[in-house]
Amino acid sequence: MEKNIVLQMNHIMKIYSNGVVANEDVSIELEKGEIHALLGENGAGKSTLMKVLFGIESPDEGQIILNGQEIAIKSPQDAISKGIGMVHQHFMLVPSLTVAENIILGVEPKKGGVFIDMDRAISVADEIAQKYNFDIDVRSKVDEIPVGIKQKVEILKALYRGADILILDEPTAVLTPQETDELFIQLEKLRDSGHTIIFISHKLDEIKRICNRATIMRSGRSMGTYEVKNITTEDMSRLMVGRDVVLTFEKEAAKPTAVQLKIRNLSVRNGQGVLKVDDLSFDLRGGEILGIAGVEGNGQSELIDSITGLNKSYKGQIFVKGTDIEKSSIKDIRNLKMAHIPEDRMTSGCAGNLNILENLFSNQYTDPEYSGKMMLKTRRIQERSNELIQEYLVKCKSFRQNVAMLSGGNIQKVIVAREFSTGPDIIIANQPTRGVDVGAAEFIRKRLLDFRNAGCAVLLVSADLNEVFSLSDRLAVMYKGKFSGMFTDVAAVTEEELGQYMLGLKHQEEQEGVIYE
Amino acid sequence: MNSAKRFDLFRMLFSVLIALLISFVLIFFVSEEPVTAIVTLITGPFKSKRNLGNVVESMVPLIFTGTGVCIMFSANQINLATEGGFHLGGLVAAAVALKLGLPAGLSPFVAICLAALAGAVFCTVPALMKIKTNSPELVSSLMMNYLSLWFCTFLLMHFLQDPSVGSASYKLPAESELFTLVKGTNIHVGLLLALVVAVLGYVFLFKTRTGYELRLTGENEAFARYSGINIVKVILLSQMVGGIVAGMGGGVELLSPIYSRFSWVSLLGYGWDAIIICTLARKNPLYTPLAALFLAYLRTGASIMARYTDVTLEIVQITQGIIILLVVAEQFLSGMKHRMIAREAKASLKDEEVA
Repeated sequence: MEKNIVLQMNHIMKIYSNGVVANEDVSIELEKGEIHALLGENGAGKSTLMKVLFGIESPDEGQIILNGQEIAIKSPQDAISKGIGMVHQHFMLVPSLTVAENIILGVEPKKGGVFIDMDRAISVADEIAQKYNFDIDVRSKVDEIPVGIKQKVEILKALYRGADILILDEPTAVLTPQETDELFIQLEKLRDSGHTIIFISHKLDEIKRICNRATIMRSGRSMGTYEVKNITTEDMSRLMVGRDVVLTFEKEAAKPTAVQLKIRNLSVRNGQGVLKVDDLSFDLRGGEILGIAGVEGNGQSELIDSITGLNKSYKGQIFVKGTDIEKSSIKDIRNLKMAHIPEDRMTSGCAGNLNILENLFSNQYTDPEYSGKMMLKTRRIQERSNELIQEYLVKCKSFRQNVAMLSGGNIQKVIVAREFSTGPDIIIANQPTRGVDVGAAEFIRKRLLDFRNAGCAVLLVSADLNEVFSLSDRLAVMYKGKFSGMFTDVAAVTEEELGQYMLGLKHQEEQEGVIYE
Repeated sequence: MNSAKRFDLFRMLFSVLIALLISFVLIFFVSEEPVTAIVTLITGPFKSKRNLGNVVESMVPLIFTGTGVCIMFSANQINLATEGGFHLGGLVAAAVALKLGLPAGLSPFVAICLAALAGAVFCTVPALMKIKTNSPELVSSLMMNYLSLWFCTFLLMHFLQDPSVGSASYKLPAESELFTLVKGTNIHVGLLLALVVAVLGYVFLFKTRTGYELRLTGENEAFARYSGINIVKVILLSQMVGGIVAGMGGGVELLSPIYSRFSWVSLLGYGWDAIIICTLARKNPLYTPLAALFLAYLRTGASIMARYTDVTLEIVQITQGIIILLVVAEQFLSGMKHRMIAREAKASLKDEEVA
């Protein structure tokens, strides 16, 4: 087979302004008409490499060669004009506009040079959807269509702008298994029509299914490019992680104790008045991990915010260790020994411009151990910071380093160290390992398990199916504010089955006011 | 990250340098005798004991208001009422000095305490409005400054005015005056007070529980709330403490040997200057004396220059403006910073390989 190289990226180095070396020396080569996997753990530098290719970041070293010519890509507009399109993990669509309007945004067909020609917009959008066999009504509003369709709109947007090379950043992360199947059919069609697709992922089975070749990245370096059919998933994961991954934990059977968290008939509406949690009742006991799986936006955040005191406008009752927390402040709830790992570490989990020490004590500085009535016990706090940094393996120069200067995994370790160091009885962990490297993720999961073994109650919300499968003693699936399924024998559930519950295709027999104890 | 801090300092000094250079160029354009003007600007403050005294005296109000603003801005409460709080503090001190007839020693003490109280009450109003009505403190505090000005002018005209001199109060009694520290200048005991306040401000922000709460909230309110910190308390307390310092500054300034009567019928601008001080001091009260020294030096130089040459005082406003613009422009020199960080990162990569 004759090679037809469309794109080469040679020896790319990218250092971020906080000193993190995201790409140390990465090279990748794309053939025309292939689906090329870019494989690596979170934080391996995949997204950074693609940002360099798409003109979002400029490389510190290295060259990019497109169709035999060395080029510099200065901006996303520049990348698009050179035939490179990108579909981001988080969709870049205007929800209040229609599909057609989103597709033509920025390159609108004009009437008389000034006004947008809406009829033509709809017809060209429809045309392009037809051409690539996308079954989409281009007149529907984006906020009314499901996630899977939104992604198709993103792909169409790139195709409409003339993309020959299409970058897909973890496209299946937000999709159910069924939607993923559909996406793959589309991608194969695109490949056959001569498009080159870069498929960023860390899901090995998906890469096996759809990709021709794979470039594997590990901590900022490329570990080589392989023909997918010639490499086993075991080898891929070894190259990716540098050692064999433990996907299941050795864990003893749970020994549930007293109820620590009791939720009764909880209903929560969001700011727009949409019902996000719908008459939910369940118990969480000491010594068990209750996992909650589900597609994001099905009420998980609202549930967590209500339990942790961030949201006070809920209906129903929440008891923490028997105390109704309706009138309790966040501080009161924390005093009941509840720890909370928040979903988004940068918005509410830390203060990036303060140093590690200052981020480690925000929940416990009033402890007599760390402060008197007025003054902080600076020396004691410094000692304890050093201990925590060592215990939680935070990679840093000293506790004086600003948190924003750390890598994602290390920031998460700081947060976990802070939350766990109070000796909690209840841990509310929302996406505790999202965007964290394998080592850190494994470390955090191990800690959660240790706490559970020591009798702590753990509520684990995670989009990582692997994580909820391997940790949960009971597993609930959240769909439209309710538990569409609750499994007490986690080992007996398959991923496909879980997917159907996540999509709402399947429901466990519903009884009014069922209480999951 | 020490190199980042070093770079910050470098960037600030560089900004000051650029601002001075631009000002010098301007002087060359507008002046008949540019060299003399620039030399006067720079060396003027050192020419006499009185000039040096002027520099030190004018630091005092800047340290007070600067510290006040540092405290409020650290909590991300953009309260600009230090201007009005300072003004009100001056009036209250004058009223105490004139009306209560207290003995020496006690008189300035009571006057300054009440001035601080007035400043606290005044600067807390925008905080209360924010908590109760969700109005942005930036807007309400800005408007309140005029309230303070006209309220003080009203009180001056109706209760304190000396009819023989027009828009000024009666002469302040000797019992209330803050004593001079250095003969032949107006350097007074208020300077020591200002320095103490700057240090206390630092201790408050960086060593106390409340200060920690303030800074945490200032850096990321969502994080502070999630951690269980009482945001309402922070909003209230930060602006109240800022107001205490501002009001105190007004009282100290008025009782200093520089003034013999209360005659402030327009805003003096120390509240605005405080924002410059706070920016230069990087929100750390400990550095406000340095920032104040720089600004006071520049202004004294400029006013001497205006007296002896054909360049007007306003040139210094341009210099100040440019400094602030450059210091707050985050992307200024960011390319250089990036190269520095990249160089360090590459070096540490090599170290790792060797090891």
